[in-house]
Amino acid sequence: MDTAAPEALRLQSKRPAERAGEGAARIETKNTTCYMCACRCGIRVTLRDGEVRYIEGNPDHPLNKGVMCAKGASGIMKQYSPARLTQPLLRKAGSARGAAEFEVISWERAFDLMSQRLGRIRSTDPKKFALFTGRDQMQALTGLFARQFGTPNYAAHGGFCSVNMAAGMIYTIGGSFWEFGGPDLERAKVFMMLGTAEDHHSNPLKMALSKFKRSGGRFISVNPIRTGYSAIADEWVPIRPGTDGALLLALCHELVRLGLYDHDFVARYSNAGYLVNIDAASDRHGMIVADDTLEPKNPVRQHNQLWWDRRSGKAVVNHTGESDPALFGSFILDDGTPVKPAFQLLAERLVENTPEWAASITGISQETIRRLAVELGVTARDRKLELPIRWTDSWGRQHDRVTGNPVAFHAMRGLAAHSNGFQTIRALSILMTLLGTIDRPGGFRHKAPYPRGTPPVIARVPNTPDLVQPDTPLGGAPLGFPAGPDDLFIDAEGKPVRIDKAFSWEHPLAVHGMMHNVITNAWRGDPYRIDTLMMFMANMAWNSAMNTSEVRRMLNDRCEGEDGAQGEYRIPFIIVCDAFQSEMCAFADLVLPDTTYLERYDAMSLLDRPISEFDGPCDSVRVPVVPPKGECKPFQDVLVELASRLKFPAFTHADGTRKFRDYKDFVINFQTAPDSGVGLLAGYRGVDGDQALVGAPNPNQWERYAENNCVFHHVMPVEFQYMRNWNQGYNAWAVQNKFRMHPDPVVIQLYCEVLQKFRLAAQGKGPSARRPPPALRERVATYFDPLPFWYAPLEAQVTDRTRYPLNAVTQRPMAMYHSWDSQNAWLRQIHAHNYLMVNPVTARAAGIADDAWMWVESMHGKVRCLCRYTEAVEPGTVWTWNAIGKARGAWNLAPEANESRKGFLLNHLICEELPQVGEGAGGEAAQAPGGRRSNSDPITGQAGWYDVQVRIYAADAGEAKETWPQFDAMAALPGTQPMRQGWQAFFAGKGAATEATAVGRELK
Amino acid sequence: MTQLALVIDLNVCVGCHACVTSCKEWNTSGVAGFLTDENPYGKDPTGTFFNRVQTYEVGAFPDTETVHFPKSCLHCEDPPCVPVCPTGASYKRKEDGIVLVDYDKCIGCKYCAWACPYGVRELDEKQQVMKKCTLCVDRIYDTAIPEAQRKPACVTACPTNARLYGDVHDEHSEVSIAIRERGGYALMPEWGTAPANHYLPKRRSTCAVADDQVARVDTARVTDAAVPGTLAALIAEAQAAAGAGR
Repeated sequence: MDTAAPEALRLQSKRPAERAGEGAARIETKNTTCYMCACRCGIRVTLRDGEVRYIEGNPDHPLNKGVMCAKGASGIMKQYSPARLTQPLLRKAGSARGAAEFEVISWERAFDLMSQRLGRIRSTDPKKFALFTGRDQMQALTGLFARQFGTPNYAAHGGFCSVNMAAGMIYTIGGSFWEFGGPDLERAKVFMMLGTAEDHHSNPLKMALSKFKRSGGRFISVNPIRTGYSAIADEWVPIRPGTDGALLLALCHELVRLGLYDHDFVARYSNAGYLVNIDAASDRHGMIVADDTLEPKNPVRQHNQLWWDRRSGKAVVNHTGESDPALFGSFILDDGTPVKPAFQLLAERLVENTPEWAASITGISQETIRRLAVELGVTARDRKLELPIRWTDSWGRQHDRVTGNPVAFHAMRGLAAHSNGFQTIRALSILMTLLGTIDRPGGFRHKAPYPRGTPPVIARVPNTPDLVQPDTPLGGAPLGFPAGPDDLFIDAEGKPVRIDKAFSWEHPLAVHGMMHNVITNAWRGDPYRIDTLMMFMANMAWNSAMNTSEVRRMLNDRCEGEDGAQGEYRIPFIIVCDAFQSEMCAFADLVLPDTTYLERYDAMSLLDRPISEFDGPCDSVRVPVVPPKGECKPFQDVLVELASRLKFPAFTHADGTRKFRDYKDFVINFQTAPDSGVGLLAGYRGVDGDQALVGAPNPNQWERYAENNCVFHHVMPVEFQYMRNWNQGYNAWAVQNKFRMHPDPVVIQLYCEVLQKFRLAAQGKGPSARRPPPALRERVATYFDPLPFWYAPLEAQVTDRTRYPLNAVTQRPMAMYHSWDSQNAWLRQIHAHNYLMVNPVTARAAGIADDAWMWVESMHGKVRCLCRYTEAVEPGTVWTWNAIGKARGAWNLAPEANESRKGFLLNHLICEELPQVGEGAGGEAAQAPGGRRSNSDPITGQAGWYDVQVRIYAADAGEAKETWPQFDAMAALPGTQPMRQGWQAFFAGKGAATEATAVGRELK
Repeated sequence: MTQLALVIDLNVCVGCHACVTSCKEWNTSGVAGFLTDENPYGKDPTGTFFNRVQTYEVGAFPDTETVHFPKSCLHCEDPPCVPVCPTGASYKRKEDGIVLVDYDKCIGCKYCAWACPYGVRELDEKQQVMKKCTLCVDRIYDTAIPEAQRKPACVTACPTNARLYGDVHDEHSEVSIAIRERGGYALMPEWGTAPANHYLPKRRSTCAVADDQVARVDTARVTDAAVPGTLAALIAEAQAAAGAGR
């Protein structure tokens, strides 16, 4: 076909390529890592004369193997977006927050302002500085910065994202979905997906689903809505939102009733056989009984729990010799303690969780629930697969094979974003365990650095306010995994130390913090006032906030000054770092222009959220492929600079000089402890770059990554790739490589003793001397159940269901990532505005026509929007795409853009706090300090986004044909480009791309 | 004779639009570029795309199917857009069957768009020339690109590998085998256009476990049936208690 190329070029001569003299163009190709979403695919960027001509998937990258998504392929339009910030901005003196009136300042002035202000806070009361970050992947640095500053008030966005998924699974099986584990669809036969987020880990999941479908696997989607991946499901099981826990418990009920659970797996690898003290009068009621006379193997985790051995008919330490634990029964120990195996207690719990019971809650017929249970159970039991892999378990038993029960699951926000999500996800983890699918082929598999303990002890949160001291790093990590009341971060009166009340009695296991309550708490001064709030990439004045309108008001609210005059802002100083003109920028006092992903160094670190594969640890980097635009500076460089100016110990030599030139230098040279050999990147360590995972800093580490597709993938020996919770060889290796502190087995917690410790404290008993405040006792005692249970979400408990009969949820479109892509000229053509999607039966009953304007109202607020009929939703649910609606003028869109006139946010209907009406579960809502309590999971603080209840009705004919609420238009910020009107014709090369307007103008 | 084409597998397409934007980014700076956008940051943005995904719902709740349907020029063997073109701008290449438009000859009269029964022609409203999928003709023969990547941009991007590419006249090609073995079909064959692109249908796997498959010899051991307190025993107990309560 050599003759074809000239013919191809004969296409036409109106094309700019010819005019641009393509033959002479300078073409370069550079590898880096995508950041159009958090999936982090390897990409190959082709530049023509220094401008981005084409971005494609890197075929040599382990994560995406060359594929791309709609967002990734639109990265060009992000790079050249007119909404990009280019200069540091300071709010004009005398102008109001929200008015978006700024003056351009130099970086030097910005650093002066910040170092003076933050230095003053640090040397007086460091907790008055709060740092909260959005969809970043740099917590290894941001967390260190906060810790070195000495403030406890730090978290990323996990608290309003999917902390229930992380905590529910980690506390049960020692790992969780997405970064830290996932379904092994290469070997699964049946795959059940419960809800999901189509914009998370998306390309790997899409690739796996396709292979799975083509190899004849059966894909069951449990979801109120049939969109995205559910479109290709073999069976769609519509379910009412917030009721998945009931379905999962009924499936467990059937598996246990029919004997369709993997007895041998459960007996050996979970705590099913552990004996639980059932003496209600005992101070240790509900605690697992252990032989305390034996030497502990691990100072922080017990291992001498007792089994009832069926062979000898007496209690023995678990895994003693050939003992066989009784899973059922009721026994009396020699000292008279009445005990039952944990599995017996689970079975007793499941008695009431019948399919009939679940049918009435979920809307799924009991026949369907029974059929699904049998399908899952029989597939797991009868379609076993074996791999000839020798391994030794933690108790020394040698195995000549690894077996797999080929039933896999995946879930994300559908389960997580409810205030009953933690216990629901516990139920899912237990279902997966009963089927014998944990870290086995065809089931769930971990990814490094997981599995870790249940819970991990890698990071400990401070547990007293004394660990917050001026000019001193925080006495612990800002985030970690509490193992009992003694790990709560509270004062002597039991009150929260953190501004977001994470790790307090209100939300004891808030392991990702609670960003959704920071602004409200700081505004109210509960538990205290702060001085400076620094936010990175978090659009808290719009789609990242629950209760958006009120949060915008709080951001702009002032204290009352003397004589009734306006005093200072209730949140005195707000610093926002963003690459684009988001809604949040309008409320900043200081705006810092971030770079795009194509302009920066980044590390997807094993210390944070890596991209590991099932077969071994994997991390990756970004390297700049184009220079920063204008004065843009990567946020990491800002933090390293500030940390150096403020002379944080970890960033300063003994003589007071700075340790790190910039972030690039920090990544090379930072180690978690002096000479620990562990840094942000695990690849190409050692002076010569020949060491993996642990080794001395390598001055050429970045170059080595750049030469190797910007990724490091360490494949473990195959005998370390399965059964890792209890794999002796793997755990020794994990300790050696510093993923774990102890090599002890990660025993699955069917029965969660950590939860029982909190419950005992609420009952005035137990090993901890700490007790919840009276107003919280009933709440803690209710929800800290060591066995999973289903309860109606907290908001539903206090909602008038006859007035608000419908559930309202959002879905994530695969072509947009949160608010990020409305400035993207190509992606916004796919989703420029959104509809409320309503089942026709429901819509007609409310008198609403297809494509008509309507109202959707919750007890917190209302929104006018367009209705779209859909048969792909269960009739009790309405839904819309997440974060398509925009505030007028934000993201440098025209004031008449569809996003603000026809697009809308569901967030206006959702409150960050529970209402003060009636008696909530436990009656605690009305008694909270300040009368309000977070609308979150009572265990983890996960935001209850999907709990809102609504009603719908038609808009009057005379009403405005636009969405409501509307906000005053946001002016374009200094340094952004004039919004391009008319035509845009992007063509890379010859300066055209620098601003597509060059060509655009030519075309006009 | 070679006839290059796409075969699109609806059984695995999740409607992610990767093909839509990867096509746009390749072609806007390619020989068929640019692909203009109107009101890129304003009201009702619209632009030239060679490939679009349409989403349909089929059936009524709860038996609803959601179908994602990517659509681009089908490179018909007998393309109705070619003979209607008054200037000869629309043509079909003999060597590989790709249907192209010569922009120099195109006068933007839209006859081809009216003739095309599939609605895949895209008039560039600014340049007033007709544009459409070129099967990335400036990519698939480019020897500067690694051989494995010499495929249309939509094909290399597709995360579910739902887009197969090859010669449908070669009976041994991946695309011919897929059409033959997986029920590949052409759109609206009654128009006699003989589209080169084909679609593979959705398939549904079912599972039926017979009643006698549930219990096995070791079920009694697993359920610990001999021991009081198993779930079956507890349920019986609970039912008896409920009965006694009445």
